[in-house]
Order: sequence, then C-alpha cells, then structure tokens
Amino acid sequence: MLQHPFIKQLFSSFLDLAPILAVVLVFQVLIIHQPIPDVGSLIVGTLFVIIGLTLFVQGLEQSLFPIGESMAYALARKGSLFWLLAFAFCLGFGAAVAEPALIAVAEKAANIAGNGHLIEQTDAAKAGYALGLRITVALSIGLAILIGVLRIIRGWPVYYPVFFGYVCVAIMTPFAPVEIIGIAYDSGGIATSSITVPLVTALGVGLATSIKGRNPMTDGFGLIVLASLMPTIFVMAYGMAI
Amino acid sequence: MIDWLMHFALKLLETCRDILPIVVIIIGFQLLVIRKPLAHPKKTIIGFFYVLLGIVFFLEGLDLALFPLGSLMASQLTTPEFLGVNSVTEAITWQSYFWVYVFAASIGFSTALAEPSLLAVALKAEQISGGTIRAWGLRISVAIGVGFGLALGTFRIVTGSELYLYIIGGYIIVLIQTRFAPKLIIGLAYDSGGVTTSMVTVPLVTALGLGLASTIPGRNPLLDGFGLIAFASLFPIIAVLGYAQIAQWRSKGSLSSKP
Repeated sequence: MLQHPFIKQLFSSFLDLAPILAVVLVFQVLIIHQPIPDVGSLIVGTLFVIIGLTLFVQGLEQSLFPIGESMAYALARKGSLFWLLAFAFCLGFGAAVAEPALIAVAEKAANIAGNGHLIEQTDAAKAGYALGLRITVALSIGLAILIGVLRIIRGWPVYYPVFFGYVCVAIMTPFAPVEIIGIAYDSGGIATSSITVPLVTALGVGLATSIKGRNPMTDGFGLIVLASLMPTIFVMAYGMAI
Repeated sequence: MIDWLMHFALKLLETCRDILPIVVIIIGFQLLVIRKPLAHPKKTIIGFFYVLLGIVFFLEGLDLALFPLGSLMASQLTTPEFLGVNSVTEAITWQSYFWVYVFAASIGFSTALAEPSLLAVALKAEQISGGTIRAWGLRISVAIGVGFGLALGTFRIVTGSELYLYIIGGYIIVLIQTRFAPKLIIGLAYDSGGVTTSMVTVPLVTALGLGLASTIPGRNPLLDGFGLIAFASLFPIIAVLGYAQIAQWRSKGSLSSKP
C-alpha cells in the first residue's frame, strides 16, 4: 500500500509544504503568541494544496513529461532546425500558459492594479489584465526557449544572451511605468516553476545529448535563466504599451 | 452546495482553457511532425485529467491557505503591539522589523533546502565537477542565497527603496563573478535561481510581500508589493557562483593562479 505511487506522491507533496508549515508554526508559537484566525479554512486549504499538487505532479509524470521528453529526443535526431525551433517556442508558450503559480499571481496582480486604479475596478478589466500579463509572459518564455535552443545548437557561451538580457533590463527600467516594474521583475521567477522547469530541462538535456560535440552537463543548462529573464523585458514592454 | 459546485465547474472550465495550448502542442507535434501514435493513449488521457483536477484543487487551496497565511504573517509581524513601539509617538525604524527579515530568511532557506528539483541539480553538479563541488555544499549555498535574497527583499519593502537598484546591483555582481567562475558551472549556477521558485513558495512569498506593503505605513502594494521573487531568483545565482569559486580555490590551492 505504501509503495503505491499515489501514496508516495501524496507524501512528497506534503514534504513540499512541510518547511513552510514548520517555519510558520515556530513563529506562531515562539514569537508571535497570537491566535490564528480561521484555522479551519487554513487546514482545509492546506489539504486542498496537497491533494492538488499530488494529482498535478502525478498527472504530469504520466502524460506530459514522457511525451515531451521523447519528443525532444525525436526532434533533435530528426535534425530539422525549423521544427525544433517551432517546437521550442510552442513548448515554452504552452507550459507558461498552464503554469498554476502564474495563474494565481496574475490574478493577484490584477486585483492590486484594480485597487490602485491602474485599471478599471471591474471583473472584466481585471480578467483582461491578468490574461494579457500571462500571454505576455508566455510569449516571452517561448522566445527565451527558442533562443536557448539556438544557443545549444550553435554552441554559444551561455552568458552572451544572459548579459544581453541584463543590459536590456537595465536600459528599459527607467522608461517603464513604475507600477509594472515589481511584477515585471518577479514574472520570470513565477513562470519558471512546476511545468516549465522539468519540460525545458528535458528539452535542453535531450538536445545536448543528441548533438555531436555538446555536453549535456554543461550545454544542457542555461535555458531556465533565459526563461526567467525574458519575461522581465516583455512585461516591462507590455506595461509601456498599455 | 450548489454554489460551490457551480464555482468548482467554472474553475474546471477555466483550467481546461489554461492547459489546452500545451495539450494541443504536444499532441499536434506528436501526430503531425513526428507522425507516430501516442504510446499509451489511455494513460495519457487519465494523466491530463489528473493535471486538470490537480490545478483546480491547488488554486482553490491557495486561496484558502497559502495566500491568507502569507498576508496573516505579514500583518501579525508588523502590528505596533508586536513591534513593541507606540506608532503615534515614536517613529518606526527599519530595525523594528527584525522578525520580518528573520521570517523571510527562514522561509527562503527551508523551502530551498527541501526543494526536490534542487537535489537532482545538485547531484548533477557534483558529477560535472568531478567531486570538487559537493551536492550538500551547493544546496546549502542556494538555500543561503534564497534566504538572504528574501531578507533583503523584505528590507527593501520596509525601507521603500528602489527595486531596480538592488536587482541591477545583483546583475553587476553576477557579471563580475561570471568572469572568474569555473566555466563548467556557469550554466548550472544561472539556472539554480529559477529552480528554487516552486509552485508552493511563489504564492506564499507573493502574499507576504503584498501583505507587508499594505500594512507598513507609507508603502503601496502597487509599487512596493512585488519584487521578492526577483530577489529569490537572483541571489542563488550569486551564491552558487561564489561557492563554485571557493570550491575551485580550495581544490587547486595556489596552483590555480592562471589568468
């Protein structure tokens, strides 16, 4: 029974949450000494998070990940640059659109923007803002993965595109509206979480393995950093545009 | 009950829309470009269904637990009673928020240390470097990086200083470190920032930042609330590059003074 993959996954989802719960508990008991309001809904919510994570990871491991991985190998062996780049872009885009952390934070950002009267205080305006934000991030992640894959194929050093990205961020920041800067800087880290990271890593390592003269250990890495840098640039541009 | 079911069905529909692109992309490429049928169609469809249900539960749980928890901690750690100062007569200085920094650092450190994807990356790094970089050393340095980053990020919210000064300052440190760090580790160090911002940490840290910005006098969530995640994904890069540098010095000793 304990060996069942679902039970194992349930346990490891719990372990994901355990450090947070431990820190919060220690602070509540030793330092804050105040009652926690709504303990009931906190517990229900925590259970929901654990169940959700379990189903999510279990589902990814038996559907998206094996297909994505075998596809990265198959496309790399096929050797068509066009299809490989097209796949890289689509994969980055699709993964970022489905990323749960990004869905949640984009909604939060839309609420904040609504309360701050940056956009209209209506549900439609907020939903539009959140969706616009997510699509912007997804497009930029698609482009980042495309550039990263091109880098692996061509064998460029990893720091060229990264430095270029840094310079773009530094130049754009003074011109971007101040309200967008925080969320722009955060968007990269938010979007590179549970779907994007494993799929993109599989793509990078698969490519570096099947291309001659590339080392999976050194060339396979470097995609995630682009995927967390590019959204910053794009979201600032989105902020300038709206 | 009916309300709740309606709400659940609506969420399920929205989530369908969210995962539709990736499903279409994967299956489209499989059938049109690679031209092979799916290996386990039934298992795959059940898997997609799990993903769908998982996201719905997860998002619902976030609204019930992690978001409230983050803002609750932010407000409890910043009330004048807790700080022990009288907000009317005394000005609150940044030192008063000591426990906020400790809390942020502990959350960052413990979640990064427990992150399963970081463990896998650390083991790979030990392989690449032929043992000069230890998996444990790498994990500890990432955890210190995230912890320090979040503490600095909350300090920024408290003081209301400009986010970009810190981040661009961090970029410059990364640029300088890249010049000197062992070449093999650079890609991995760069990626270590993105790896640590997991699905559970992101919402909690976001809620903490927004909560702090709305409870600390003079701060505006719109301007100051975001930015913590940027700290959490930049400082591990600096920490890992620094660790790799030290590990290289230690293993080569004075012989490594090649230009």
